[in-house]
Amino acid sequence: MTQSATQGAPREGGAASTTGFRSTKVRRQRVRAAWIFLAPMLVTLVLVAGWPLLRTFYFSFTDASLSDTGRAALIGFENYLVYDDGAWYGLLTDPVWWQSVWNTFYFSIVSVSLEVFFGIIVALLLNAEFKGRMLVRAAVLIPWAIPTIVSAKMWAWMLNDQFGIINHILMGLGLIDTPLAWTANANLSMWAVIMVDVWKTIPFVALLVLAGLQMLPKDCYEAAEVDGISPIKVFFRVTLPLITPTLLVAVIFRLLDALRVFDVIYVLTSNSTNTMTMSIYARQQLVEFQDVGYGSAASTMLFFIIALAVVIYLYLGRRQLGVGQ
Amino acid sequence: MNQYQLMKLLKRVGLYALIAVVLVYAVFPFYYAVITSLKPSSDLFQVDFWLSSVNFNNYVQILSQGSFLRAIMNSIIVALSVVFIALLLGITAAYALGRVRFRGRTTVLLTILGVSMFPQVAVLSGLFEVIRTLNLYNNPAGLVLSYTIFTLPFTVWVLTTFMRQLPQELEEAAIMDGATPWVTITRVFLPLMWPAMATTGLLAFIAAWNEFLFALTFTLTDDQRTVPVAIALISGGSQHELPWGPIMAASVTVTVPLVILVMIFQRRIVSGLTAGAVKG
Repeated sequence: MTQSATQGAPREGGAASTTGFRSTKVRRQRVRAAWIFLAPMLVTLVLVAGWPLLRTFYFSFTDASLSDTGRAALIGFENYLVYDDGAWYGLLTDPVWWQSVWNTFYFSIVSVSLEVFFGIIVALLLNAEFKGRMLVRAAVLIPWAIPTIVSAKMWAWMLNDQFGIINHILMGLGLIDTPLAWTANANLSMWAVIMVDVWKTIPFVALLVLAGLQMLPKDCYEAAEVDGISPIKVFFRVTLPLITPTLLVAVIFRLLDALRVFDVIYVLTSNSTNTMTMSIYARQQLVEFQDVGYGSAASTMLFFIIALAVVIYLYLGRRQLGVGQ
Repeated sequence: MNQYQLMKLLKRVGLYALIAVVLVYAVFPFYYAVITSLKPSSDLFQVDFWLSSVNFNNYVQILSQGSFLRAIMNSIIVALSVVFIALLLGITAAYALGRVRFRGRTTVLLTILGVSMFPQVAVLSGLFEVIRTLNLYNNPAGLVLSYTIFTLPFTVWVLTTFMRQLPQELEEAAIMDGATPWVTITRVFLPLMWPAMATTGLLAFIAAWNEFLFALTFTLTDDQRTVPVAIALISGGSQHELPWGPIMAASVTVTVPLVILVMIFQRRIVSGLTAGAVKG
């Protein structure tokens, strides 16, 4: 392989240069060294990602249980869908699973939209000139650095139905008469979770957008100011189109994170079906119910659903993202 | 002109007001956790915005528990090992991917990007089996292994980006002098890559320190747990009576080092995050 590469494209020198080390011997040595250097990383990735993923796919067609994954019998598609005694069973008929698929997408779309909206606002603020800008930037990073578990606990305490400060403030302002059970109430718990996630990840989006803003050319803003165009118009006509690629990248990072969300929801609302996501459902089956086969089926579905969502997203945003160039 | 100045002043005031709102929003939950942790348990259920007196009972209670100290130790060991492994494997891989052109490079890069997008639950059962086969269940070493799934792709990706930006001449000179690729990496690139490695190492450290799903699933006993799991599992007499004071004390204890790191290395972290996303 390295041989043919060398002969096929002799002028395609690696980190191309014009002199000496273009010679085939050095090149061959470099290519071989490259593969040797890559090998430990590739082996690790196969061990922790590739192989486990294949095993998960395999388990989804077996009746494996957690206590002994070795003794698993193939049972075909029974974990997914099976017709037995006049009724359909399996993952695809479980309303709780579909509820968690819906929850996952609801959570992801709402929280990522809010994060992008507020992230842009925060980024525009941080991009303005003011005293103590560096300090404010560092402070804004705090929610990002706090472990998710800790932020979930902090918010769980603030949202506590009896003693929480949020209910205290809302009642003090006269917005509510009785304390709200944020994490227990079926209608509120999803919003409580979204609130915590949004708080935690605005910094990430804001920083990416800020980096995008700082790469924008200054002159068109000066021109707009000279012409007396309102800042709002400048934002929608100049800034937004220019930072769209950055936004799309930020969105995909956030979307991938949100679609596999586990910890914040697990800590805030435990295994409640109102906020159960695909990850929580799969882990509950796998670990708590010890049903590795069924849980792996859920994991496999989750993997393909997320992959599909990403492919659709990349397809829709391909022009701005420059995919396929 | 006067009106123009007034408008300018108003804009300025508005800007600072908005910044104040953002600051309060970002910092208040942490501030409130600190306040709660410093209250005596008798005042816990009374909402205060300020601290009237300082009481370290919650900290004494949490730090006198052997299991919590043990969890902190486990977290430190796991996070440092993860950083070390990720950087070691990452820098060599980044050299190969960033400096050498060879067939299959794009495929490798895309694979790495793909792995970084893996939902962790999707590998949970397979990884569980791997860890049990290697006899690493309920062992921090199993966590170190499993954490490479999200730290390694990211580290390789960011280091490759940095590696590409280094000037060509350095390497040529080394090759002219007959240096092997390994010598080129350790003698030429490593000294130049320290800033990038510090950044990615820091991000990997934070990611490993904060991880929850694997830590919850692959450990069983208190003495093998990491901090996030230890905090999540602190419970009181009944499910509805959580000991909020100690929980907040534990939360603040494990978060303060991170907040200090972020404050000091803010620029580095931002450059690492944006290198991973924007330039990638």
